[in-house]
Amino acid sequence: MPLLCARGVSFAYRDRRVLEDVSFTLDAGEVLGLVGPNGSGKTTLIRCLDRILEPEGDIRLDGRSMRSMSRPEIARMIAYVPQNSGAAGSSTVFETVLMGRRPHLRWSVSEEDKQKVSEALSLLGISEFASRRTDRLSGGERQRVLVARAIAQDARVLLLDEPTSALDMRNRIEVMSLLARLAEERGLAVVAAIHDLNLAARYCHRLLILKDGRVLGRGTPSSLLTRGMVRAAYGIEAVVKDEMGVPYVVPLRPSDNDNLVEIV
Amino acid sequence: MMTDTGRQEYARLTEKRALFITALIVILIALAGVAVTLGSADLSVADSYLAIFAGLFPDAVDLPDRMVESNAVGIIWGWRLHRVLFAVVAGFGLAIAGSVMQGVLRNPLASPFTLGIASAASCGASIAIILGAGVLSGSLLVIGNAFLFAMLAAAAIYGMARLRGMGSETMILAGIALMYLFSAVTSLLQYLGTAAKVQEVVFWMFGSLDKSSWPKLGIVTVVVAAVVPLLLWRAWDLNALAEGDETAASLGVPVERSMAGFMLAASLVTAVIICFTGTIGFIGLVAPHITRMVIGTDHRTLIPASGLVGAVLLLGADCLARTLIPGAIIPVGIMTAFLGIPFFLYLFMRRRDA
Repeated sequence: MPLLCARGVSFAYRDRRVLEDVSFTLDAGEVLGLVGPNGSGKTTLIRCLDRILEPEGDIRLDGRSMRSMSRPEIARMIAYVPQNSGAAGSSTVFETVLMGRRPHLRWSVSEEDKQKVSEALSLLGISEFASRRTDRLSGGERQRVLVARAIAQDARVLLLDEPTSALDMRNRIEVMSLLARLAEERGLAVVAAIHDLNLAARYCHRLLILKDGRVLGRGTPSSLLTRGMVRAAYGIEAVVKDEMGVPYVVPLRPSDNDNLVEIV
Repeated sequence: MMTDTGRQEYARLTEKRALFITALIVILIALAGVAVTLGSADLSVADSYLAIFAGLFPDAVDLPDRMVESNAVGIIWGWRLHRVLFAVVAGFGLAIAGSVMQGVLRNPLASPFTLGIASAASCGASIAIILGAGVLSGSLLVIGNAFLFAMLAAAAIYGMARLRGMGSETMILAGIALMYLFSAVTSLLQYLGTAAKVQEVVFWMFGSLDKSSWPKLGIVTVVVAAVVPLLLWRAWDLNALAEGDETAASLGVPVERSMAGFMLAASLVTAVIICFTGTIGFIGLVAPHITRMVIGTDHRTLIPASGLVGAVLLLGADCLARTLIPGAIIPVGIMTAFLGIPFFLYLFMRRRDA
């Protein structure tokens, strides 16, 4: 049985349809990359999966319908890293990550909670600024704090909305390989919205391409990332190379039927 | 193994918080001890305390004749003691209301005053004083109206919080709009009222502890004592809400429901205090800020600590108000504003630096 199963998920903000009939399944240990152009519905889908938004359709978590689950129950199962980081409060990094323990703790903070926080901090390589204020961090540092918080939450499903957008090259691959490793070692199901196709291809087991709220394609990176698919999704011409079994997309210029400015 | 500095720092922070709260309790007790000896009646420090004990244990204390003649027990118990305790409870209540509102709305400028609750109470009081119209009669007319209007404003804010997708900025803007609306009504009434009535309204709006009494202290204490444990119990929800609505939801907080509940609790505490005292500004704004600067934002300690800071501030302001000009009592609302405005400016300066 898949850990996360979405069937016919649709959502509209008032009368604007943003998601239309999106379905997928995700097993424990798998990383699913959500890709697609801006405004294709990636963030909305992630919010629906955490039931921050109430979509039409059926989302099952470990076989149970999410509609029948309470907020705290969902919080123990799913951790979410938002795109535009909150965490601008004046609390310390340690306390921000400790917040991830909220679904588990009663009132006082146990040794186990502190242990989980320390562990998450060291996994993300941010132990050394544990006592700094979160609002004094750089964008990339803060992004890693949020990922650490989600890991400290000890959930079986991780939802990440562009977790690497503010990171430098090195931190990008470190965070993505950490996510892939955690998925494998702890049997997590990871859903990550990613703009960088090559990063997605390298670290995600499967990809789901969204365009205009619909599923344009789904499958393994090598089966999915073709010239035709890149053209269909983004309206650009690209060369897709093979780098040791992983597709590598080099964008060239907008397709002829598109009036975009030429990319050099 | 590498030393875990994060955990050590957290342990140190926890210690610092406990220390801060303990220190505040000590300061508050000391200040209250001084406050009961202050006043226009000519009572020495020793006589003041003797009178307190004489009131508690009438049989055990043998009062000297001069104290019986000067009615020392009556002065202390009838005038000073409840006023001092009222300052403590009111300061505590206004400060926790402020810290809850700032936490929920994630805005350092949120307070019962910027959200229009205080100006609604003033408006209700003005209607009672100038038009003589209200829900209750007699000595409760003004109090009843002030409370009712404050809760009306609170209900409006509660209603807005229950609306899905109402952001905190929108709520603050709506609160400020409410504030102007009620102020306009109050101004209109003042324009229409007679000079004597207008003076009464103005005096009500200054905010003072002159009208404190044991029954009023009782009511305020019951409300504050009922609300504080609830707030402490849900302190983690406040911590999560401070990180943003989406994050709070993903951490298992029922966002709309708890926002509304917090706002209602904070409004209730504010309303029940200011209907007796009039507008006492800046405690709700300043106390949480001071506290946050010292011990950070964990509401499990922020709430009680800012309550204590508020109590110390209000009691201290009242002591100053009673002694600064011999023979006269400056309304404490004016004193807190004198303390508050320089701090307000300081905050703005700091924000520009950052």
